Amino acid sequence: MSHTAHPIPSVRLYVTIWITLGVLTGLTVLAGYQDFGFANTVIALAIAVTKASLVVLFFMGVRHNTPLTKVTAIAGFVWLFILFGLGMSDYLTRHWIGVPGR
Amino acid sequence: MAEPSTPLGPGPLPAAPHGAAVAVDHAHHHPRLQHHFYSMEQQLEASILAMWVFLVTEIMFFGGLFMAYLVYRTLYPQSWLDGSSTLNVPLGALNTFVLICSSLTMVMSVRSAQVGSRRGQIVWLIGTILFGTTFLVVKYFEYAAKFEHNLVPGPHFSTAYIVEHLGRTGVDPHSTQLFFSLYFIMTGIHAAHMVVGIGLMTVILIMAWRGRFTPDYYGPIEVSGLYWHFVDIVWIFLFPLLYLLGLHGGHGA
Repeated sequence: MSHTAHPIPSVRLYVTIWITLGVLTGLTVLAGYQDFGFANTVIALAIAVTKASLVVLFFMGVRHNTPLTKVTAIAGFVWLFILFGLGMSDYLTRHWIGVPGR
Repeated sequence: MAEPSTPLGPGPLPAAPHGAAVAVDHAHHHPRLQHHFYSMEQQLEASILAMWVFLVTEIMFFGGLFMAYLVYRTLYPQSWLDGSSTLNVPLGALNTFVLICSSLTMVMSVRSAQVGSRRGQIVWLIGTILFGTTFLVVKYFEYAAKFEHNLVPGPHFSTAYIVEHLGRTGVDPHSTQLFFSLYFIMTGIHAAHMVVGIGLMTVILIMAWRGRFTPDYYGPIEVSGLYWHFVDIVWIFLFPLLYLLGLHGGHGA
């Protein structure tokens, strides 16, 4: 009864994640100062997603949670992408068909 | 009752008959175990799940703002570059790192509770509060500069600073104002979450001070930590999308 569901991660693991997050922050700033054109945003977002994943999996400890909690966390991000996907499928396709009076 | 016990499912029920079971349970269960839970483990997992359900609503709350950002950036790409060029990248990067440090101190305080160190919890929680406060102080200086340069949307908004000091031409005041509206709303609501988080950590600090958390019972500190990390994640996306965007793409540059 008294034992906890979560194994206690080591300090070393937490410090490693912290250093990785710091390095990725430096990397995103460095990449930001280079001019890659449109790829700038793609690189910045790829680094941001990596950082967010590290925080969710290790700092928030989702990897040790029950399947129900995992599904709930994942569902939040899935809904977010439904919002972006359906929203942008409207705005990005408006010019495809000429609508009189628009 | 032969099914295996899972953290969120029913564990083995006391074999004693009704009434007696409750009385027996009272004598044996953990003092912090609420009566509607079977075990400490189930209680903790239920709290974590509930916090995640709340965080999902927070994802959608900030998600709506990111959606607005995406739509208007698509419609007015040049104004997004012009507006973004006024933001202070070194201060934004510093704040990103400050929040990462606060996330480390947060997990360390949860870990201190798990290993039963009251001192550790107190020290790391104070660290978390200090990093959170540092973030807000830096944000104050950033906001003050925007007010000084008349970049706050409203009757006094002016693109003069962007044109004169950053050498950008053809700056559209209307859509650039839209960028700053979103900048202030997104970072403002994020800062409000930081204020709430600092208040939350103060309450948790008092509880930790009183020795409320043990290796058996640390739900409140763990769940508050989830909220804190979530606010960090929002900033992880706000920083590149708002600050780094404007480093290129100026007409004059």
